Amino acid sequence: MVKNAILTCLLGLSALILFFPILYAVSASLMSTEELYGGKLIPSQFLLENYEAALQSVPLLKFLLNSLIVSTTVMVGQIAVSSLAAYAFVYIPFKGRTLIFYLFISTMMIPWEATMIPNYLTILHLNWINTYQGLSVPFFALAFGTFLLRQHFLTIPKELREAAELEGCGHLRFLLSFVLPLSKPMLAALGVYGFLTTWNMYLWPLLATTNKSVRTVQIGLKMMQSQENSTNWPVVMAGVVIVLLPTLIFLFVGLKQLKKGLMSGALKG
Amino acid sequence: MKRSLRSFGTGMMFVGPSLFLMIVFVFYPILKTIYFSLYLTDPRGVPVQFVGAENYVQLLASDSFRLSMKSTFLFVLYTVPTSILLALFLAVLANERVRGVEFFRIIFSSSLGVSVAAGSTIWLFLFHPSIGLFNHILKTLGTAPIQWLTSPDWALVSIALTTVWMSVGFNFIVLLGGLQNISEELYESAKIDGAGYWVNLFRITLPLLSPTLFFVTVVTVIHSFQSFGQIDILTKGGPAESTNLIVYSIYRDAFINYKFGTASAQAMILFVIILIATYVQFKVGEKRVHYQ
Repeated sequence: MVKNAILTCLLGLSALILFFPILYAVSASLMSTEELYGGKLIPSQFLLENYEAALQSVPLLKFLLNSLIVSTTVMVGQIAVSSLAAYAFVYIPFKGRTLIFYLFISTMMIPWEATMIPNYLTILHLNWINTYQGLSVPFFALAFGTFLLRQHFLTIPKELREAAELEGCGHLRFLLSFVLPLSKPMLAALGVYGFLTTWNMYLWPLLATTNKSVRTVQIGLKMMQSQENSTNWPVVMAGVVIVLLPTLIFLFVGLKQLKKGLMSGALKG
Repeated sequence: MKRSLRSFGTGMMFVGPSLFLMIVFVFYPILKTIYFSLYLTDPRGVPVQFVGAENYVQLLASDSFRLSMKSTFLFVLYTVPTSILLALFLAVLANERVRGVEFFRIIFSSSLGVSVAAGSTIWLFLFHPSIGLFNHILKTLGTAPIQWLTSPDWALVSIALTTVWMSVGFNFIVLLGGLQNISEELYESAKIDGAGYWVNLFRITLPLLSPTLFFVTVVTVIHSFQSFGQIDILTKGGPAESTNLIVYSIYRDAFINYKFGTASAQAMILFVIILIATYVQFKVGEKRVHYQ
């Protein structure tokens, strides 16, 4: 009993400290500037105008839409490209396959920052600056994703492919109507990963956008807090909350999906 | 023969898209980075003069780059152990069977969903010299305010603090997963032997968790070397270059000063450091890690 009480206290205290910056951002986003700058923790009244101002400011609403488009494109692109490659590594034996597999894996050793200068120049020469494809296509090929899916495809019984082959089922149809439906939890896990990492990307959108047309919310936040002299912090905090909300929700929903995926994998294995 | 050719064709059709993209966006650029690092370039990125190892020699001799390396290593030293110990503490807590533990797990993993830009913006305000919460608290306590981001003594620590907060979520999730994989039976047989909580923790939990701890360490070290967004938002490398960590330094040289040659040489140094760090950790880790 005593042990449980101590545990709950420790858990509560840690949660409070760890979650404090987020709670504080929410609270600050509802305050007037006087209240916030005076060091208050809880607003006396909820000022929802801050959110209105935030959405119109840089224009954050447009940036939200841009982020949504880019993150969804990368997510779908990664799943498509990775599952095709992973399929070949499991079901299509061909000469040079092992070599190509090791080439794929070796890209995990190369930090993205070591390639960003030439990548920037490539995008520049393709006239892809300020385009959705410039923000998304460089991230479609994902060694980690291919590896994850390959490991999962290996757990699908080989007899299934043999049976399908006798029925005259081609590779693409087998992938689409058998392998992918059997891998839903892994695809979901990969999707959550791809969406979150793209949504939160900072350095690349900073380089690959020079105007507001396709700029993402993360850069929008930077713009909001660096407006000369006139930073209105409650509005900036409203912007932070708007940017945080989708990923936090996505994470909490996705976390369950991720767990389920691992559980069903364990049962099958 | 014909059959193997056909399966090669089919295989390439499936692997092709990935392979093509990797050649364009990973292999070609890494070679190009090496190439650039041996040249002086004009502002449009066209190499104009071959200088061999000159870029590297100049970097290693420059005070600015040495300071950048020193700050980077200090930053890794500040962030990695702190973040992992904190995440381990939370994971051990959240692995106990208490009411409402699911809720706490969600809270502890929440920073995984916080982007660098959003997280750094919150902390930028907390650190604000006159209206920020931290200095308000110090004032209430009667202590002198701290120049969190504008004093060379504090800036790196402040950035490290922000980074630790942002990285705890990921480390927590992975470590909790590792803890949940340890079989219950081990604890039950330890109970029969009369082992207490601390004996269990140090004799069973930590040794069996070591592969996960090892993985988390490798990932956190690499991540730490790659930090950028928090610096761009909080300090822009200052004051007096005290937070000019390597990726920020690459960014500044390449995209503000348009010195692609020097920037590429730094990018190569970063690449080698990460390779060595990974290799050393694997070599050391292999001996220490206890696999089931």
